[in-house]
Amino acid sequence: MRVTFTANGREVEADDVWEGESLLYVLRERLGLPGSKNACEQGECGSCTVYLDGAPVCSCLVAAGQVQDRAVRTVEGLADPEHGLDPVQQAFIDAGAVQCGFCTPGLLVQTHDLLEREPQPSDNDIREALSGNLCRCTGYEKIMDAVRLASARVSSTPEVSR
Amino acid sequence: MRGEKNLQSITTAHPDGIGGSPLRPDGTLKVRGEFAYSSDLWHEDMLWGMALRAPHARARIISVDISGALATPGVHAVLTHDDIPGSKYYGLEIQDQPALAIDRIRYHGEAVAIVAADHPETARRALAKVRVEYEVLPPITTEEQCLDPETYGYVHEPHEYKAHASGNIVHQQKVVSGRGVDDEVRALADVVVSGDYEVGMQDQAFLGPESGLAVPAEDGGIDLYIATQWLHVDREQIAPVLGLPENKVRLTLAGVGGAFGGREDLSMQIHACLLAQRTGKPVKIVYSREESFFGHVHRHPARLHYEHGATRDGKLVYMQARIVLDGGAYASASPAVVGNASSLSVGPYEIPNVDVLAVALYSNNPSCGAMRGFGAVQACFAYESQLDKLAAALGMDPVELRQLNAVSQGSFLPTGQQIDAPAPVATLLQKVKDLPLPPPLDLAHPDIREMPGALSNTSHGEGIVRGVGYAVGLKNVGFSEGFDDYSTARVRLEVIGGEPVAMVHTAMAEVGQGGVTVHGQIARTELGVERVTIHPADTAVGSAGSTSASRQTYMTGGAVKLAAEAVRQELFRLGRSRYGWTGNDLSLVGGKVVSASAGVLVSIADLLGDRAIDLTREHHHRPTVPFDKETGQGFGHVQYTFCAHRAVVDVDVELGLVKVVELAACQDVGKALNPLSVVGQIQGGSTQGLGLAVMEEIITREGKVRNPSFTDYLIPTILDTPPQPVEIMELADPHAPYGLRGVGEAPTLSSTPAIVSAIRAATGLALNRVPVRPEHLTGT
Repeated sequence: MRVTFTANGREVEADDVWEGESLLYVLRERLGLPGSKNACEQGECGSCTVYLDGAPVCSCLVAAGQVQDRAVRTVEGLADPEHGLDPVQQAFIDAGAVQCGFCTPGLLVQTHDLLEREPQPSDNDIREALSGNLCRCTGYEKIMDAVRLASARVSSTPEVSR
Repeated sequence: MRGEKNLQSITTAHPDGIGGSPLRPDGTLKVRGEFAYSSDLWHEDMLWGMALRAPHARARIISVDISGALATPGVHAVLTHDDIPGSKYYGLEIQDQPALAIDRIRYHGEAVAIVAADHPETARRALAKVRVEYEVLPPITTEEQCLDPETYGYVHEPHEYKAHASGNIVHQQKVVSGRGVDDEVRALADVVVSGDYEVGMQDQAFLGPESGLAVPAEDGGIDLYIATQWLHVDREQIAPVLGLPENKVRLTLAGVGGAFGGREDLSMQIHACLLAQRTGKPVKIVYSREESFFGHVHRHPARLHYEHGATRDGKLVYMQARIVLDGGAYASASPAVVGNASSLSVGPYEIPNVDVLAVALYSNNPSCGAMRGFGAVQACFAYESQLDKLAAALGMDPVELRQLNAVSQGSFLPTGQQIDAPAPVATLLQKVKDLPLPPPLDLAHPDIREMPGALSNTSHGEGIVRGVGYAVGLKNVGFSEGFDDYSTARVRLEVIGGEPVAMVHTAMAEVGQGGVTVHGQIARTELGVERVTIHPADTAVGSAGSTSASRQTYMTGGAVKLAAEAVRQELFRLGRSRYGWTGNDLSLVGGKVVSASAGVLVSIADLLGDRAIDLTREHHHRPTVPFDKETGQGFGHVQYTFCAHRAVVDVDVELGLVKVVELAACQDVGKALNPLSVVGQIQGGSTQGLGLAVMEEIITREGKVRNPSFTDYLIPTILDTPPQPVEIMELADPHAPYGLRGVGEAPTLSSTPAIVSAIRAATGLALNRVPVRPEHLTGT
């Protein structure tokens, strides 16, 4: 089948898609957008989180056919072409929250969504929001630091493009 | 090929040398989603490889019929062991593992056949058409069965590629010191405590699945882009199976999504190369999460019997231990794990009389090998549980008892090795003890997210009790027992765009730990430049050894330091011959050659002009010796490292659920080359210990794995992981580069027993097994 949707604002088309293929597979293997990661492909680790019509989802659990005519935004679409890295991306680097980095794309999308909904989350809010994203390297402390840092930066500069 | 940004050099500019915390050179690529992990690579005309895995733990293969699979449209090759052009066996220490099963299955999930096809689904369907006829045999899975091969059989038949005078024993090591342990020695103790402990099979559970891309080269060789911990030892094992000389098998490190020991053994490397060799096309293999659980070795599950004797005032008199590690179907790193488990079995304590035996067994359980902490984790759970038990028997404070017996610089370990660097064990314990405790749970205004398991609305705080526990561990750094552990680094200094740039080229596997950041810092420190280029890791330069054993900053960092120093000396030589400098007080600062007496002499850019200095150096650590087989005596370890933990837990004794409230650590790192990374390593290592304490275990029944998924094998989430205050000490090791100590593993040792100790304090239960499960807490 053919699937047409927008990925990071760009109209894209994938041909000869098998019915069983996931959105994750189409993004990674057909569209050259490997930023969303393939850690469990079971919806358990959150590494493949993308926005689908503005809501974060595990792209491994979305059948490719379901995204017809819809809007997908991946980690590759977080950075603003004019302003550079998104504040969440920059905060993850600055706080030392990136080690192997395999969980990072999913955490970035999830954190981006959290801060859009709640620019100044409590620690418990952060933990609850990110509880579907596994990280095996950091022990999460530096991820907490990164989200707090991003929150502080976002809250103090509301004009930053989001 | 697509997705190779990090397979090319990455250049960054930063003023910070060692001791600073510059940002990762790969950080921007990683947060943009542009960093190419091994599973992200893509090649025009590439095929997908996949393996068929056995559904039994022990079986004889009667026949394999691949004709149906071969006839599947889109399939380019189906291979069994018959198609292997070279050696059929490989292994890290003992070549006992067939690249594809030959006539036997020795563990659940062993690979029998491999296929290359144009789509992963085609490959999956083709594998479903491979017909394998098995004679299923009763698996050898328990210690009792392993030790009685006459009754239960051999995992490897006695005539197979390894002398089997020892039956199903892979390796054993004794350590005997002082008077050993007999009735006379026992009589010297006023108080004796003993216990049987058990550690479950933990998995590394790195997030990036095993994956890679093998590309056939024009010279008949193979170029492999791979996530691994040690490029050169992979090549040593791959080339003979392909029937190729080593120089025709070239490996480049693709992005690695975590490792923790699980990538020290081969997984899909040989399979991808065999398929590429046969089809003449690039072949990519990416494991599913389930296949990842089958495709790599795990932490050895262990049964440990310990006995400690002490005087009434708390001085340890003797320790006796028997440690049995289940090595599973193939040897992997089991011999070295046994060496660690035995020699580190006493922990960081002075004990005059010791008698230890550690054994690793072959079984039909999943193979076990390297995982963070490597044999020291299992022992630490047992000896720290014993120290708590002893403290209770003596009526002493458990931290004071540990401090009373703690090793310090100059102490002798039971291997006869004297600790010849700082060993601030008592201080580390004091520092974690002195940290402020977290506030009590506020039951008047509860946030259910802070209570054990309460997010599912199962409790509102009734039945919750709090406990505090402590532990400390002893870990070696680097490869031990006479292994000539070395690393190679190439450093090049040249002028690009008017500015001096240092290039660092090593084969070090960056698995996430931040070695690439530290290499840049070392080059900046030694060469006084800001711009550093990190060359991708590949086999075009000498071996860096493994990214394991907490050794890479010590070993490859040490090699980068040596090579950079050599470049600096060559630069000075150039200046002396050109300008006639005579002083020996030169240094490189801010891109200039500076004399302590005469100030700035010349800029590096002017001195170098269009020349480049390009030098390669090897760093070897001081030699060690194998432990004596019968006594365990010998200078076997290069360096020791210590970490102490304090855990605070809330336990819901009705639900049997535990929430770790805080996990504080204090570690001596010798010198923190990058404080941000050091703290990150300690927190990450501690969290893996938390996982072992309360949730992580591969469950097998009759050798079959029951939980190969992230649905059923649980690793800590951000809700399970508490705040982790970290205090670091920096007491320089006089034998190590910059005085540093390996950091990555020590925190994984003591966090497990500290948490279990805290649960015991909360509940009063004995808890001799990890992971602690709800039924252990509720008695159901």
